[in-house]
Amino acid sequence: MPSVAVLLSVGRHPASGRARRAPLDARALEMAFSLPNAAVHAIHAGNPDEPALRDYLGMGMERLTVLSIPRDGDPVPALTAHLEQLSPDMVLCGSRAEGGEDSGMVPYLIAHALGYAMVADIAAVSASAATATLTQALPRGRRRLIETGLPVVATVNTAAPAPRQSSFGRARRGVIDILAADAPPDTLADQCEIRPWRPRPKRMRLAAAASAADRLKAMTETRSGEGAVMIQPSPEEAARAIYAYLVEKRIIGDGS
Amino acid sequence: MIAAALSGLMLTTLAAGALLAVLNARRWLAGQAASVDLVGGLLALPQRYLGDVHHVVARKPYNALFHALVAGGFLASLPLILLAALPALRGWLLWTALALCLAVMLAGALMVGWRRGVARPSELSGGGFARLPFALLAYAVCLLIVAVDQLAGEALPQTISLTLVAIGALAAADLILGVGRGPLKHALNGALHLIAHPRPARFHHGTRDTAIRALDLTGQKLGTERPVDFAWNRLLGFDACVQCGRCETVCPAYAAELPLNPKKIIQDIAAALDPAATDRAYAGHHHPGRSPGEAHGGRLLPLVGAGAMIHPDTLWSCTTCRACVEECPMMIEHVDAVIDLRRFETLERGATPGKAALALEELRAADNPSGRPASQRIEWAADLALPLIADRGECDILLWLGDAAFDMRGQRSLRALIELLRRAGVDFAVLGADELDCGDLARRLGDEATFQDFARRNIALLGRYRFNRILTNDPHVLHVLRKEYPSFGGRYTVVHHTALLLELIEAGRLAPRGSGRSVTFHDPCYLGRYNGEIEAPRRLLDALGLERIEMERSGLRSSCCGGGGGAPLTDVAGKKRIPDIRMDHARATGAERVAVGCPNCTIMLEGVTGKRPAVADIAELMLEAVA
Ligand code: SF4
Ligand code: SF4
Repeated sequence: MPSVAVLLSVGRHPASGRARRAPLDARALEMAFSLPNAAVHAIHAGNPDEPALRDYLGMGMERLTVLSIPRDGDPVPALTAHLEQLSPDMVLCGSRAEGGEDSGMVPYLIAHALGYAMVADIAAVSASAATATLTQALPRGRRRLIETGLPVVATVNTAAPAPRQSSFGRARRGVIDILAADAPPDTLADQCEIRPWRPRPKRMRLAAAASAADRLKAMTETRSGEGAVMIQPSPEEAARAIYAYLVEKRIIGDGS
Repeated sequence: MIAAALSGLMLTTLAAGALLAVLNARRWLAGQAASVDLVGGLLALPQRYLGDVHHVVARKPYNALFHALVAGGFLASLPLILLAALPALRGWLLWTALALCLAVMLAGALMVGWRRGVARPSELSGGGFARLPFALLAYAVCLLIVAVDQLAGEALPQTISLTLVAIGALAAADLILGVGRGPLKHALNGALHLIAHPRPARFHHGTRDTAIRALDLTGQKLGTERPVDFAWNRLLGFDACVQCGRCETVCPAYAAELPLNPKKIIQDIAAALDPAATDRAYAGHHHPGRSPGEAHGGRLLPLVGAGAMIHPDTLWSCTTCRACVEECPMMIEHVDAVIDLRRFETLERGATPGKAALALEELRAADNPSGRPASQRIEWAADLALPLIADRGECDILLWLGDAAFDMRGQRSLRALIELLRRAGVDFAVLGADELDCGDLARRLGDEATFQDFARRNIALLGRYRFNRILTNDPHVLHVLRKEYPSFGGRYTVVHHTALLLELIEAGRLAPRGSGRSVTFHDPCYLGRYNGEIEAPRRLLDALGLERIEMERSGLRSSCCGGGGGAPLTDVAGKKRIPDIRMDHARATGAERVAVGCPNCTIMLEGVTGKRPAVADIAELMLEAVA
């Protein structure tokens, strides 16, 4: 019976900014459920009163352990200490969270501290007594099979199966076990300004192409090395530059 | 001798019938407690039966007639036969009365025989019911001869009379104890169901009691899992189903051969009240694509599941259109059953199928089912400079933009409506980016928790402003705000755009010019059947000078576009598509265009491929006419 620890963070909806289960961590939990006979330990380091944690319980776990640390604390030492005690065969988490520094470093730091193997971006898993077979998702749909000894830390990719629905009833009944933990202040985060991510606006071009395929290409391809970089321009400067660009590309007339 | 034998046998049969009724009652009494006004129900029974039930039955006058003849004759014959037990009463008067009753019943029985034997509608169940005409005829004919013979001073040899009595009594036993548990069960359950009906308000005329009941979210188990989790009077209702199949003939999902037959779903629940239940004995049409013997259950077993009485695909095929409820002569509430079962699937099992689960998650995290930024609800209207109620604090008409505001087709209809409001000089404003989903989708998908959250937050939001009426072009919004928010403390006057536009014309604030082009109106289920508004859209179309042609199914008996109840998201596969079927109805009228009054209907009907009439929201038609 493999023992699997799943690290769960609190996500952030890209449009509303509201807290929710983090989609990739939810996939990691789903993957843990898919392992036959696995003893699944769900762990979060943060605020135990965060309502979004119940979204994970709604996926069908009876308990969730929260290492209670302050909002600006670094979760890695607390998680490492807890995992050391638990000594699971496998640690799973999403390859990227939706908050904090979003550096994706937590699993690497933990694997390093515990001396576990680390495999990134897996899409599927199976485990035997001493080894695990992981399917790693590579760009453009390629896959690589990896055999590894246990214990291992693995991060879960978007190619993994979608997480099951979180149900209100199970979320309500689930129990959150709170453990006090120490967390040194995260000095790097203190110096950063955190802003919601915004998709980068695409430049408009008037496509004078002959065929639909050319037009599509003109719309989707990104060319670099064009134009000038303006750093913190004044609104007037920025507007003038955009106007000049639109005229140059003949998206609008120049008024003459 | 003959008379004594007759009344004796009948008394025995009736006593056995009473025993059977008690045994049968134990099946549905196993349900949950319910607060029922039995006395009020009993007093209202004649009105409910002669008024409401008759109103539905009389849509098929032939059925109403044979029903009256058979049931009237049979029920009247029983006390007369029992009276024959008293020698003092056995006289020409008694026998004449009995003969008359039986003659009446005979006429009805022949009609029943014709319907079941010769002109048999395919939606009728067979099985035990197939014996019905024989039992009715045997009873009426044999005992009629006996009664006439008594009048004639016992002209027949006694052996023949006794044989006739025996056959008649046997037929009576079959009627009371056999035949699909008997017309007795039908009469008794039907009457009791009318008395203890779970929605007594539906019998008060002028109110359409169609709001889904709120669920107590602090309860132990949310939603309905097993038969016994239903209240006893709801089980009684399901058990009162006579398998007439009227619901089946109007169900859009059934017509599109999705795996749902409303008659069968009611029978599945009723059958599950028996121990080791299966659907083998069911002798009607199945859920399309499913075969008999696949379903197993019991009153303590889950109703929904792959091998259970109701397959999940069946449960999620329903568009909640209420056509079945509108058509059911036994006043059974199919949609309530569907919602209760969905609540368990969603709230406890987390088993909402298809894209529906994703939509629910987005609703919770972003307040709209596609997870878009709240600002997008109004960004498309930047050029219209819509007045925000947050800036003004009050207005006459609060325009609810709804989910259609996120969709380009929906925006076109909204633009037409807004343009008309401007031309008529209506004082209106919108909530804009503050507006939340109304919760309709969540509620129909069984996610009562998310629905109640929306209800509370919207009510709090609306409480900040002063306005006279809420205007919407989406009947789902109309229904939820008008009828389902009051149980959470939000009471609003909500008006559908068709009603408001008619008002504006009648007040002379807009003057459309007729084009004489032909149009057919598709009634949205949530406007028509849920809210009874079928007149205003029609008068509006007439006022626009359009030639209005009705589809075969229209008004309260209109047929669904397939867009309700979250059906486009649960997306259960059928042989056909529901909107294609509805478009066939529209095509058959030959009308140039289909007028709609719901953004969901617009999307569903416009999605129909091939040659078809164009689809236009009534506001779009009106804008053309005032342009
Ligand atoms: S549910 Fe109503 S309409 Fe449907 S078969 Fe039964 S009695 Fe007839
Ligand atoms: S509500 Fe409509 S779709 Fe659902 S069972 Fe009844 S008729 Fe069929």
